[in-house]
Amino acid sequence: MDKIYKNLLKEIAGIHDVPMGAYNIRANGEAYGRNSTANIEIVPKTDSPGIDINIKAGTKNESVHIPVVISKTGLGDLVYNDFYIGEDADVTIVAGCGIHNPGETESSHDGIHRFFIGKNAKVLYLEKHYGETDKTGKNKMNPTTIVEMEEGSYMKMDTVQIRGIDDTIRKTSGKIGKNATLIIEEKIMTDKNQRAITDFNVELNGENASSHVISRSVANDDSFQEFRSRMEGNNLSQGHTECDAIIMGNGKVAAIPEILANHPDSSLIHEATIGKIAGEQLVKLQSLGLTEEEAEAEIISGFLK
Amino acid sequence: MLELKNVYYSVDENGKNKEILKNINIKIEDDFVAITGPNGSGKSTMAKMIVGIIKPTSGQILFDGKDITDLDITERANLGISFAFQQPVRFKGITVRQILSLAAGKDLNNDEACEYLSEVGLCANDYLDRELNEKLSGGELKRVEIAMIIARGTKLSVLDEPEAGIDLWSFQNLIKVFENMNKKYRGNILIISHQERILNIADKIILMEDGEISEVSDKDEILPRLLEISDQCKFLKGE
Repeated sequence: MDKIYKNLLKEIAGIHDVPMGAYNIRANGEAYGRNSTANIEIVPKTDSPGIDINIKAGTKNESVHIPVVISKTGLGDLVYNDFYIGEDADVTIVAGCGIHNPGETESSHDGIHRFFIGKNAKVLYLEKHYGETDKTGKNKMNPTTIVEMEEGSYMKMDTVQIRGIDDTIRKTSGKIGKNATLIIEEKIMTDKNQRAITDFNVELNGENASSHVISRSVANDDSFQEFRSRMEGNNLSQGHTECDAIIMGNGKVAAIPEILANHPDSSLIHEATIGKIAGEQLVKLQSLGLTEEEAEAEIISGFLK
Repeated sequence: MLELKNVYYSVDENGKNKEILKNINIKIEDDFVAITGPNGSGKSTMAKMIVGIIKPTSGQILFDGKDITDLDITERANLGISFAFQQPVRFKGITVRQILSLAAGKDLNNDEACEYLSEVGLCANDYLDRELNEKLSGGELKRVEIAMIIARGTKLSVLDEPEAGIDLWSFQNLIKVFENMNKKYRGNILIISHQERILNIADKIILMEDGEISEVSDKDEILPRLLEISDQCKFLKGE
């Protein structure tokens, strides 16, 4: 595995080489390595680029790594990955995409992930997006995540985009069944002229369905971010969306929430806060001996932790 | 150790020049000093000026003989001045352990961080990994604020109304904390307070009125007189 791949894998998945357990590494639009286990089967699709990940019912404490790495300029990669998670399974899925763009043309990755989560199954989904460029080539990622959750299931998505992605439109939608819970925590930082649009659409369909969508973001320099969220309560259910953004330099952030109660027992909350770092936070840390720059860095790193 | 010489501070208010501090001249040496006085008398302004949040319109501030008038907050902090805010600041994502580590200037292990928290009456293990966000109560934040001062252990600690927002039970313990600090860092505390019990453990009391220092006296000399006045205006009783 070459050095660029290794570095990208470290950034997006925290791994130094091929991961343990089930994995599928996609590099420059092609399969680079794949491993199935007794409980987790990874099968390439025949009609489109991508894979099916079949996780047997009852699979416990196993993980699947499906990183995507790109090291070419001008490459447009599109992939469809479907996850079928059996009843009572409890698994961690580590996705993520890293682009090292060596040239002057745009490279992109569009990943369409669908999750079908069986009864009482539990999924932790970690996704990190990272980009770096040698010249002027832009890096673009448009992930689409579609989640369908059966009775009693639980999913937590932690998604992070900290640097090097010039343009992104992130679409996430969830249909949540009886007693099921979807938690999404998103962290985004943009700088220079980057743009990030994130769009959530959650339907609380089953009795006692619940969801929390929490987005924390920092927009620096001349970057722009837009947070859209729509949460629909169609049953006795609880939903909460929160957009919390720090603007720095000439960064701009828009928050466009919609909460829709279609049922008398649905309870929905939206909170949005946008503003620069509070002056008193800087003063407090300066009074502990930090410079203004160190104080800013400490506040941002805590906020996006 | 700390000296304010001919310090004035004024602001522009609707086109008019308003003097907030007038002709402040004090010298603080190895004392536990309390500053008291009615609301709006300039106490907090003076504290902010000592730690560098605001700069005097004219005059000079000396710390250990060095002119610090033009030094910023960070530079003064690194010289050995600490400040406990009247209203502690909340931080999303920064934990109690992290802020204490920043205050101590090194990564604290559990035992070290616990020691500071125990001093302010917080059960350490319940708090170390909690964020300084809106889930902490005002009283809890206030105690963490004071724990930061202890963790810094600097030559001079300036505390702006540490009793504000603390419940009665905790207040009793807080007095013990200040007594301990006084013993440990003898002569290094400057505390703004309205509370008789805090004034009572000070060596010296500075009385401020209308932006000026109206009196600097030993506690035993001034406190009985202040309490007499307080029977009339009740501000010292916190009632």
